Amino acid sequence: MATGDLALGQEQGSTGARQRVINDFSINVATVNGSGSQSANSVLLKSIFGMGVPVSGKNLFPSNIAGLPTWYTIRASKEGYVARKRDSEVLVALNPETAREDILAMPAGGVAIYETSLDLKQYRDNVICYPVPFDKLTAAACTEAKLRKLVKNMVYVGVVAQLLHIDLAVIEKSVQRQFAKKQKVFDLNFGAVKAGYDYAQTTFTKQDPFYIERMDGTAGKIIIDGNAACGMGAVFAGVTVVAWYPITPSTSLIEATADLLKKFRVTPEGKATFAVVQAEDELAAIGMVLGAGWAGARSMTSTSGPGISLMAEFAGLGYFAEIPGVIFDVQRTGPATGMPTRTSQADLLSAAFLSHGDTKHVVLLPANVKECFEFAQAAFDLSERLQTPVFVLTDLDLGMNNWMSEPFAYPEKPLDRGKVLSAEDLKRLGGFARYRDVDGDGIGWRTLPGTEHPKAAYFTRGSGHNDSAGYTEKPDEYIAQMERLGRKFENARKLVPAPVAFQDGASKVGFLAFGTTDFALRESLDQIKNEYGKSVDYMRIRAYPFTHEIHDFVVSHERVYVVEQNRDAQLASLLKLDLPGEQVVKLRSILHYNGLPVDARTITEEFATKEGL
Amino acid sequence: MATAPSSPASGPKLNHIGLPVVEYRGGKSTLCAGCGHNAISERIIDAMFEMGVQPEHVIKMSGIGCSSKSPAYFMSRSFSFNSVHGRMPSVTTGALLGNHTVQALGVSGDGDTASIGVGQFVHLMRRNLPMIYIIEDNGVYGLTKGQFSATADIGSKLKTGVINDLPAIDTCALAIQLGATFVGRSFSGDKKQLLAMLKAAIAHKGTVMLDVISPCVTFNDHEGSTKSYKFLQEHDEAINEIGFVPSFEDIEVDYDSGQVFDVQMHDGSSLRLRKLLEDYDPTDRAKAVGTLMEAHEKGEILTGVFYIDTKKPSFIDQLNVVDEPLATLPESLTRPPKSALDSLMKSLQ
Repeated sequence: MATGDLALGQEQGSTGARQRVINDFSINVATVNGSGSQSANSVLLKSIFGMGVPVSGKNLFPSNIAGLPTWYTIRASKEGYVARKRDSEVLVALNPETAREDILAMPAGGVAIYETSLDLKQYRDNVICYPVPFDKLTAAACTEAKLRKLVKNMVYVGVVAQLLHIDLAVIEKSVQRQFAKKQKVFDLNFGAVKAGYDYAQTTFTKQDPFYIERMDGTAGKIIIDGNAACGMGAVFAGVTVVAWYPITPSTSLIEATADLLKKFRVTPEGKATFAVVQAEDELAAIGMVLGAGWAGARSMTSTSGPGISLMAEFAGLGYFAEIPGVIFDVQRTGPATGMPTRTSQADLLSAAFLSHGDTKHVVLLPANVKECFEFAQAAFDLSERLQTPVFVLTDLDLGMNNWMSEPFAYPEKPLDRGKVLSAEDLKRLGGFARYRDVDGDGIGWRTLPGTEHPKAAYFTRGSGHNDSAGYTEKPDEYIAQMERLGRKFENARKLVPAPVAFQDGASKVGFLAFGTTDFALRESLDQIKNEYGKSVDYMRIRAYPFTHEIHDFVVSHERVYVVEQNRDAQLASLLKLDLPGEQVVKLRSILHYNGLPVDARTITEEFATKEGL
Repeated sequence: MATAPSSPASGPKLNHIGLPVVEYRGGKSTLCAGCGHNAISERIIDAMFEMGVQPEHVIKMSGIGCSSKSPAYFMSRSFSFNSVHGRMPSVTTGALLGNHTVQALGVSGDGDTASIGVGQFVHLMRRNLPMIYIIEDNGVYGLTKGQFSATADIGSKLKTGVINDLPAIDTCALAIQLGATFVGRSFSGDKKQLLAMLKAAIAHKGTVMLDVISPCVTFNDHEGSTKSYKFLQEHDEAINEIGFVPSFEDIEVDYDSGQVFDVQMHDGSSLRLRKLLEDYDPTDRAKAVGTLMEAHEKGEILTGVFYIDTKKPSFIDQLNVVDEPLATLPESLTRPPKSALDSLMKSLQ
């Protein structure tokens, strides 16, 4: 429990003095899965964004089509913090099943908006209550009974807007965008917003301190989810073959990719410059990706933990036969089926070493939507340059939630299609050896099927091969290839995205983290500074294999806290394999793995305990 | 237009694209002497040579097993991909998505297809991907020393005396039911039938599924086996006699029209099937499957072209992709312009 919130409640209770809380609180909308609250939540989020207030939204939903509880939290933060906040000050309780639990979980001094008949006031005397007859208002605003379930959501948008002083004109614009070009749908929905707004205006005297006020924190920014950003990156990387199998939380990445391909990649003659295939399973999906990569296409798939497990054998083939392909893994919790609609960072080790034998992979670790866009492109370039599968690890939190971002920049560099010999090259060279390290970087030259030269063909195999791609069981030939693959992986260290040092040289202790842990960790750094007067260094890792800067960071600090969202300290484990022995002892872990995104307070508290602050 | 394979004044016979048969040969086989698979490799060489297929335009795809090794023993000038066990269909699908202008030839075995790979096999057949899929079918796992596979007939006996008590999967019946558009069965020892079938397969645009019984001389050629040379010679019943005339040959064949099914292939070639089984219609799916089921009851092994459909669109047709290979499209066609990103960014503000 955050102590600040308690103090707020006490202050109100004792003095009644109203210290305004402006643009710095969370709204938690508790509904039932399948009730169609997504549009309403999106309107609310985008309206706060439209008021210039930095905002983030998180959908905490069940693995279920309809009927189970779901929560959507919207965090407004004038400081620009977008991590999950442990407590939400404003509750919209629309799910009778969880309403009691929801209000009991609230911080003192919070605000509860709920269906009158739920009578939640009885459970809390230190929460400000605004009961609303939602069903009655909805019935009046919507004559068609079957639409009422959906329209009801817009009524709470109106109530919340009025109570928090969100500009109704901004809400109107958001509703318009949400239901683009469908006047009738707009009329119905905005009518419901108005009904809620008017009811609140005529019924309630504002007793709570929470306000949304216009500010200038979102000018020029965009809102997008990580899956859409990855899909966009893939399309601007020129992906041509997409093979996939549906799985939560990765499905919307493919849907976004396919939508953009249909929009931007059809010739004037109506022909597609791409192929999207829904495969029979993840084994077939990765098989198609490697087949296409072998043929020279930019190919990709997207999956989550269980799919990654199924792709293991092919991942090893891709590594050993040296075939490009990009695999997005939108991580959810494991082990096994785990909690399919909850987030985690627990696939790092399985991605890095996916498959049997001495297999290892290049893994990119975006931490925000902008990096989703950029790393998707980098993944295709690296994959073709290094002739190996490349994994892009995001997670459910990043992939399926809306995030604010600077607009994405158009790529400056042309596509890097790697080392490919044409028929003309072969004419000049007189032939080639597929796996020979002629350039000293561990990467051979390849040819593409169909290349018209008698010496163009080679035999691709997952069995032992020599540098001419011939079958071998000879010890020296096998070792030569394995060592070259090792050199190639070393070379990858210099090509993958370097880490970002947010602060370095200010402290003897440091933080290392990757991916979405960044949001909470950066907020935690401010908390540590404000509450303990300590500045702590922080470096964010963006890829495996690790670049030298990461080694240097560990070397230059006495203690390094590795913060990650899994039980087994997977990033710390990977670092331990990479660091010299005397550095390994410096690593400490802060771990969070309950399925919810990590929050700043959790990190701050554990850091303070471990450091004895 | 070139016609039949011609011979220059001196030197070897050349095909209609000017290549001698040696350009279609592969490495030395490491399979057992007398293995049916070697005979199939020979027929593939003959068919590709006689059809004048450019070797560089062929991709040889395989999974794991004795059969899947065989692409190393024919057509060294062709690209080859020996993938993982039972997953050649997905790799071939991907390769053709990347470049649909090549001719795909997949070689699999009965274990690779009917056991570990049956899932991918099933979905390959559904898609009617333009490729030739050959099962080199000997009813046993050779590389692991002779266990039964799922195409072994019920009652068939292993050398060790073990009797197979599970029914065989009829890959031809399965393929017809699922949507393959050219389905046949042959015997590695029947040179004439297999060669004609392979040549017709090369002319077909869609999934060609050929189950070629190919005796395993080491583990399944003994008394009591239903996939031995002897058993095949005694029980092989051809349902039709296959005549194939490539588009580039101009040969008139006399035939009695009542006895012949004449099929016009995509590339202008003709496939002529002379009926040996009364009233057999190779365009009737239900009857084709029924005939195969009846043959199992009678203990016969039917061979010939069981089913053909030259009208059904292939998977590539359905995807409506550009004529050029997707793999080598220029950046100007695959990376949308800056204006596209600008408009997207605007819509997200």
